[in-house]
Amino acid sequence: MLMFLEQVLNGLQYSALLFLLASGLTLVFGIMNVINLAHGSFYMVGAFCAAVATMSTGSFLAGIVAAVLGAGLYGLIIELLVIRHLYRRDHLDQVLATIGVSLFTNELVSIVFGRSPPFMDIPAFLAGSVQVLPGLFYPIMRLAFIVVGIIVALGLWWLISRTRVGMLVRAGADDREMVDALGIDIQRLFTLVFTLGALLCGVAAVMAAPLLAVEIGMGERILITTLVVIVVGGLGSVRGALVGALLVGMVDALGRAYIPQWMYSLFPPEISDSLSSSLVSASIYILMALVLLVRPRGLLPAQN
Amino acid sequence: MSQLLTRKNILHAIGLLLFVLVPTIADATSEPYIVNMITRLVIYAIAAVSLDLVLGYGALVSFGHSAFFGLGGYVIGIIGFHIANDGGLFGWEGSNAALVLWPIAMLACALLGLIIGFLSLRTSGVQFIFITLAFSQMLYFVLVGLMIYGGDDGMMIDQRNTFPGLDLTRDSTYYYFCLAVLVIWVYLCRRIVNSRFGLALRGLKQNQRRSVALGFGPMGYRLTAFVISAAGTGLAGVLWANYALFVSPDMASWGKSGELMAMVILGGLGTIFGPVVGASVFLGLEQVLTGLTEHWMLFLGPILVLVVLFGKRGLYGLLVGGKHHD
Repeated sequence: MLMFLEQVLNGLQYSALLFLLASGLTLVFGIMNVINLAHGSFYMVGAFCAAVATMSTGSFLAGIVAAVLGAGLYGLIIELLVIRHLYRRDHLDQVLATIGVSLFTNELVSIVFGRSPPFMDIPAFLAGSVQVLPGLFYPIMRLAFIVVGIIVALGLWWLISRTRVGMLVRAGADDREMVDALGIDIQRLFTLVFTLGALLCGVAAVMAAPLLAVEIGMGERILITTLVVIVVGGLGSVRGALVGALLVGMVDALGRAYIPQWMYSLFPPEISDSLSSSLVSASIYILMALVLLVRPRGLLPAQN
Repeated sequence: MSQLLTRKNILHAIGLLLFVLVPTIADATSEPYIVNMITRLVIYAIAAVSLDLVLGYGALVSFGHSAFFGLGGYVIGIIGFHIANDGGLFGWEGSNAALVLWPIAMLACALLGLIIGFLSLRTSGVQFIFITLAFSQMLYFVLVGLMIYGGDDGMMIDQRNTFPGLDLTRDSTYYYFCLAVLVIWVYLCRRIVNSRFGLALRGLKQNQRRSVALGFGPMGYRLTAFVISAAGTGLAGVLWANYALFVSPDMASWGKSGELMAMVILGGLGTIFGPVVGASVFLGLEQVLTGLTEHWMLFLGPILVLVVLFGKRGLYGLLVGGKHHD
């Protein structure tokens, strides 16, 4: 039981990371119908900025500022230079151009920050573990990650359902041309949302950097999972991204914990080892395929 | 027949002549590695041409074609592994004959294409891109998990398959063999896209509703194209396994799918010949840039972006000129 609860917490922490990345990506798709495979690059840029800033100043706060600014600024530059020219192109063009951007970013980061991956310590006030339940100790850093995820989810809910910008975002996802015709500068709105998405990548990066390895290529790995999240959740909707992130995070964490046990009880060890390691890694893709087969547009697609 | 000497045909002839002359040039310049380099290129071209069938003519953006490339290679690798270690597979003593193994590998890829295509074609648009990606990622992780076949590291293959009357172990013979496969495959694909089937496929791409109203059901045509494309990409995987004598899960990675897509776009979508040009330029660029700098992606990335933004018709369109496109 305690192990199960611990896995649920791990799943929640992973979900928080995925939600921070997926919410921006899905909004960008919802408004401008753009698939951005360079979204993971903003996360990587943020993580490198966070690690280097924290290492050189010793302050976690500096890390936060550097990550959010670095990722946001880089996102803004990419939007102005590349993404803006891709709105009216088909998805194939968007996929290829943004792959190009992410290849470029990988090299750029390795030139700017060097080949050896920087290391980021867990800040003192978030170090150590806390007793969540009798007998269950859980790292504070991971709990903080979950809390940040919840705060961002609430903040986005407020932004989207309670503010003027949010109203325009919803309207834009619903019917872009109509919003445009009503005299709203949809271009500016989009740039704003895109930059917000990149900022959230920075937030995700600064929380993830002390827990995961900061390295070249980290963006692509998490991006593919993020794509699974938004496709499962339904493209264009933040609610969908939340549901998708929770599902994918839980399937991944619980799969890692329990699939090897099931396989071990079902098959002889020489088969079960191979089978379980494949199944664990493939589980979220199996989830995505199943969801798409039952609901081709995802679980909670934006109305369109 | 007066149309024989069009700019297009002349370019094709020059291109083919260049390919045929590669071993001679390599001999003359005593740079034997050129043959290997161009063999790689020819193999990728076969995969890219196959991808163009669905990408260019069916408007089906498959982000998972590396699965077929990987599976084709692994069928050869796995059968070779069991022959070498256990003297056979499932009671079959095994064979090293290309004419036996290659159809098996292509059939396996066609079957996988049938399953993936059937399931994926229930979705469309963006979801199609990502569901094909999901299936190829599943295969990728299955290959990574196959510890007896080397897992993450992949495995070596003892020897090339045999073909009656040819000594495929000689690099130049193997090169000509791959080139012949490419030429035949390009010819077949041209026949396919200009047949009634190909026209129906293109009709569906242009206007699905009209095509359906005319009695062309989308599923049958698209699925057939997907299966043919899967088998062709699988053949490229087979040739790759025989060329490199090594297979690894990297063959089925999503980056490989991206590379193949880039080759098709670079050369020209929906042209069959274009992807050959695209593969040549892509791999040529890789060769030149890696020679110049360790950070070659720094240049490849922006080139990809520029090609997408400004080179809509692809290099083939530029070379051939005019309004030609099909």
